[in-house]
Amino acid sequence: MTAICIDDLTHAYGERQALCGVTFEIRRGEIFGVLGPNGGGKTTLFRVLSTLLPIQSGRVTVLGFDVAANSADIRRRIGVTFQAPSLDRRLTVRENLVHQGHLYGLSGRTLAARIDDRLARLGLSDRQHALVNSLSGGLQRRAEIAKGMLHDPELLLLDEPSTGLDPGARHDLWRYLLQLRDESGVTVVVTTHLMEEAEKCDRLGLLDRGKLVALGTPAELRAEIGGDCLTILADEPARLSQLIVGRFGIEPKLFGQSLRIEKARGHELLRDLVEAFPNEITSVSLGKPSLEDVFIAKTGHRFWDEDGAGVK
Amino acid sequence: MTSGTSDKSTHESAAFFWLPIWTLTLRELLRFFRQRTRVVGALGQPLIFWVLFGAGLRGSFQAPEWAPAEMTYQEYFFPGVTVMIVLFAAIFSTISIIEDRREGFLQGVLVAPVPRLALVLGKLTGGTLLALIQAALFLVIGPLLQFVGLAPSLGWQLSAGGWLAMIGFLTLVAFALTALGYSMAWSLDSTQGFHALMSVFLMPMWLLSGSFFPVPESGWLSWVMRLNPLTYGVAGLRRLMSPLLADAPVSASLPSLMSCLGATCVFCLVTVTLAGWLTHRRSVINVR
Repeated sequence: MTAICIDDLTHAYGERQALCGVTFEIRRGEIFGVLGPNGGGKTTLFRVLSTLLPIQSGRVTVLGFDVAANSADIRRRIGVTFQAPSLDRRLTVRENLVHQGHLYGLSGRTLAARIDDRLARLGLSDRQHALVNSLSGGLQRRAEIAKGMLHDPELLLLDEPSTGLDPGARHDLWRYLLQLRDESGVTVVVTTHLMEEAEKCDRLGLLDRGKLVALGTPAELRAEIGGDCLTILADEPARLSQLIVGRFGIEPKLFGQSLRIEKARGHELLRDLVEAFPNEITSVSLGKPSLEDVFIAKTGHRFWDEDGAGVK
Repeated sequence: MTSGTSDKSTHESAAFFWLPIWTLTLRELLRFFRQRTRVVGALGQPLIFWVLFGAGLRGSFQAPEWAPAEMTYQEYFFPGVTVMIVLFAAIFSTISIIEDRREGFLQGVLVAPVPRLALVLGKLTGGTLLALIQAALFLVIGPLLQFVGLAPSLGWQLSAGGWLAMIGFLTLVAFALTALGYSMAWSLDSTQGFHALMSVFLMPMWLLSGSFFPVPESGWLSWVMRLNPLTYGVAGLRRLMSPLLADAPVSASLPSLMSCLGATCVFCLVTVTLAGWLTHRRSVINVR
């Protein structure tokens, strides 16, 4: 079953192309992560899915409804958690939730019970009468999440939900998201730039410069680049790179002071390298590929390389 | 569709229309009363204006033809100050749209299943109620100043019906001005921009409505006045407030009550439609 279907979606802010021809599907009941660096197009995609932006080109359906034509049907069924809290800072947490409930057609005892439940789940019960202004950033985010969950949405959209949360709160948030998926079958879509958060998703889409560069479970993505990952630090990485090409016929990728090689049976290469160039190598590490390695392999540049000029 | 489901959907759409209006209105009121300085400023400033200008311009004021010769400037200015209170209240409650947008609150409302018209009406009802509360306070406190020598006796003898008519008309003016402020604030991304529009557009509109000084009956200024929708708001209020002016002859600066009512209704309809239309568009401004 498909929760979200995105077909050839393109979006531009004036001259700047934010999304170009993005196509993929999100299944019902999965936690889907949209991973990418800042400026990669995550937030634009999030805004299109939450019915805030008009569709410029392409077609998007959410829970079977066309975003361009049936936004009202979609809005009732989705919960949205923004990166910058959409709370009224001059109201208390509870007043914010009452307000939110009213916007979604809830009132009276049903609403009061829902609010009590969400407050308890997110550990906000004792702060419910505090003005949002007086809460810490982490507590504000929790209130924001409670707000997005209030009307029992079938689909939850979260834009960078971990921003401003301490590790404990982050852990609790994910436990809650997993619980939602398992017990209520809620589809969760998270945008993130954190690798450790991406690891927790059922499936991932990698967005870079407005393009979808990879799609799959974290394990599938790692398997695609295969084998092991060697990261070599050297004083003269360019020279060492040439030496490796000459001796082993492998072309390492150069990133600043480090070289990177992806290869099956990496431990054997590691041994050979250290024997061959004991003086040139400062340090070398061997690991299974991380999602960051997947990103590098797919885009040819580093995740945090905002201008994308890191590749030689 | 069976009647059962249509009942249910009517019930549901009521919940999705009236409840949001109610909650958005309530929010405006809550926010206002939590900001004490706003309460003080909203009432203090017009009172001070009324007393100071009244004292300062008493000597140079010449009552317009339609007014009784003994009318003082403060009496003349009274409906004008009331409209100013309503105008400022409308401005301050709609300027919050810009803050709501910047703080992210508005996005939360825009992704909710709220008909755009309900969002507009909620905001406008809240702003109008605040304007009326402030105006009502002035209407009570203003005349009391005569007992401390800061104001002349206004000679009010309004019946209950007269009061109702006046408050009703003031509501219409407040609704129109709030919708005007809303339409201006909707497309702006900074409160500074709003202040600029306020000084070059809203303040002159108020100054040239006959609130502050009698506009000459001929010349280009009189045409600005005739075309200014607020002129009809001020004049209508003037006629409804003072029994002496209720039957005064019709002139450019004091149109008949029916023309005042008609023009203000049109003004209200145009601004509310504009506010609704602007809000209805799904555009990049939603995410600024």
